Amino acid sequence: MGDAHAYRVIMASRLRSQLAYPTSFAFDVVNQLVYGLIEFIELYAVFHNVDSLAGLGWSQALLVMALSRLAFQTGDLFVGHLDQMPAYLRQGTLETFLIRPLPVLAQVITSDISLRRVSRIVLFGGFTALALARLELTWTPAAVVLLLAALLGGSLITAAMFITAGTAQFWLIEGGEAANAFTYGGAYVAQFPAGVLPVGVRVFYTAVLPVTFIGYLPTVTLLGLADPLVPSWFGWLTLPVGLTFLTLSLAAWQFGVRHYQGGGG
Amino acid sequence: MTGEKSTGATDLVIESRVLTKEFRRGRSGRRGRTDSVLRAVDSLTVTIRPGEAVGYIGANGAGKSTTIKMITGILKPSTGSVLTCGLDPMRHRRDLARRIGVVFGQRSQLWWDLPLQESLRILGAIHALPPTRWQRRRDQLVERLDLAAFLDRPVRRLSLGERMRGELAAALLHEPELLILDEPTVGLDVLSKERLRVFLREENQGADGGPPRTMLLTTHDMDDVQRLCPRLIVVDTGRCVYDGDHAGLVARVGANRLLVIDLVDPVQELAGALAGLPVAVERTDDAGLRHTITFAPGEVSAGAVLDRVSAVAAIHDLSLSEPDIEEVVRRLYASSA
Repeated sequence: MGDAHAYRVIMASRLRSQLAYPTSFAFDVVNQLVYGLIEFIELYAVFHNVDSLAGLGWSQALLVMALSRLAFQTGDLFVGHLDQMPAYLRQGTLETFLIRPLPVLAQVITSDISLRRVSRIVLFGGFTALALARLELTWTPAAVVLLLAALLGGSLITAAMFITAGTAQFWLIEGGEAANAFTYGGAYVAQFPAGVLPVGVRVFYTAVLPVTFIGYLPTVTLLGLADPLVPSWFGWLTLPVGLTFLTLSLAAWQFGVRHYQGGGG
Repeated sequence: MTGEKSTGATDLVIESRVLTKEFRRGRSGRRGRTDSVLRAVDSLTVTIRPGEAVGYIGANGAGKSTTIKMITGILKPSTGSVLTCGLDPMRHRRDLARRIGVVFGQRSQLWWDLPLQESLRILGAIHALPPTRWQRRRDQLVERLDLAAFLDRPVRRLSLGERMRGELAAALLHEPELLILDEPTVGLDVLSKERLRVFLREENQGADGGPPRTMLLTTHDMDDVQRLCPRLIVVDTGRCVYDGDHAGLVARVGANRLLVIDLVDPVQELAGALAGLPVAVERTDDAGLRHTITFAPGEVSAGAVLDRVSAVAAIHDLSLSEPDIEEVVRRLYASSA
């Protein structure tokens, strides 16, 4: 398709402009890595005081955290800047997208792919590898497929969260904070073994905002753990759940764009 | 409307039928929802033919921008319909985007942090222009808009006039059939405005060997309209109150032309010389050297008036002022209120 060329040109140009100031780029990268390390230290500090969290040991909990963050960062790389929707609407950026012959969401995605976010993907990839190494798994083909499906599905769930939150901005005024609570709050919950949550909260974060599918449930399935509430094969559902959630969020987005009421001005 | 043709055999560039947009301004408070409906565009029915240059004028909040957003597929009409280049803008937004160019005076479609030429390159890719065609078109625009001096500068460091020339290049790169300009000269200095108008005039008349480009222009600046647009559409609170040429508008509100004559030798009274003509004459100074003659355009020509005057006195100097369009529009508003 001719469009693919357009996206390549846009992205290459965005990336080049990010590298135009190497010092500031390096600073951004370090900043991102420090944030990632703090999350690791947070979990480490917890396990310095307790031996297990909701029945999961250090390496198991680390896998939940690393897997969920890795999936989140991957989704975030592509659609994380949808948290800028209030600004896009206010400044009329969206209208600029609407007068170009490309889908609006694809333009939003390619407008701000941020290279510095890749550093966190690498970092959490490292933590995932560390956790897996400590757990001494037997690598069956099923385990590999499960892990990849979990990563892909988790990224899709993350993307769907951002798209849904971004869509809500068509109707909310100054709804940026509410959207962040939804996306970043959901991502925060996804880092922990779901057993630490009260049952009602946990049901919400599984059935409504399906973030326990990102890190926790695939870990349960991969490691053959027992969970009091869900069967152990639930971890296989991450990819289908991600695809479903993403499809719904895209439909909502389309509806939002078609019913856009103008950014004033 | 159902049964509309999606791609058009119509030869109209814009065709709107009772186009209406209402905004529901809901306030959800503790006492429930209270809705007030604002009708920003009200039953607008206009057609624009290829090659026309139309000035779309009205006060702030008259519905100009809302109309443009419906024409371009940004906003969905509440009721009624519009076809742009024969396409339903909401259903065929992307196809339409290839055929129209839009300049919003107050927002940029250029990439703020990139050099202008990078923006032009990206837009070439977005519109999938073949490299040779892109190169040729880019060179034309760089030359005619005089962009060469600041092509390498990031857009955020351009002056307003430079940026506006860049915006025009961006909107015209893909050689659209229809150019829509929303307040293109707002904030520009006199010289920049003038250059812009000259350029737009050439575009409208078919520059670079291309066909005439249809133009729709909203503005507050009556000079823009006077210089660029033979046809005016005036809107007031969403409704079309006038659609026609300048002369018709002037005739409608009864505005006059003003001829000021300085004579070589004083004459106390010119009324006798002008008897029978539909004019009003007044001596403007005590000596009788200066006289002011007012008359409606179309009823009598300035030449006929001058013939009569020069039959009785030698004319030293004269000035003729046309009715001020701004004043005319103000009168139109007052009469339609």
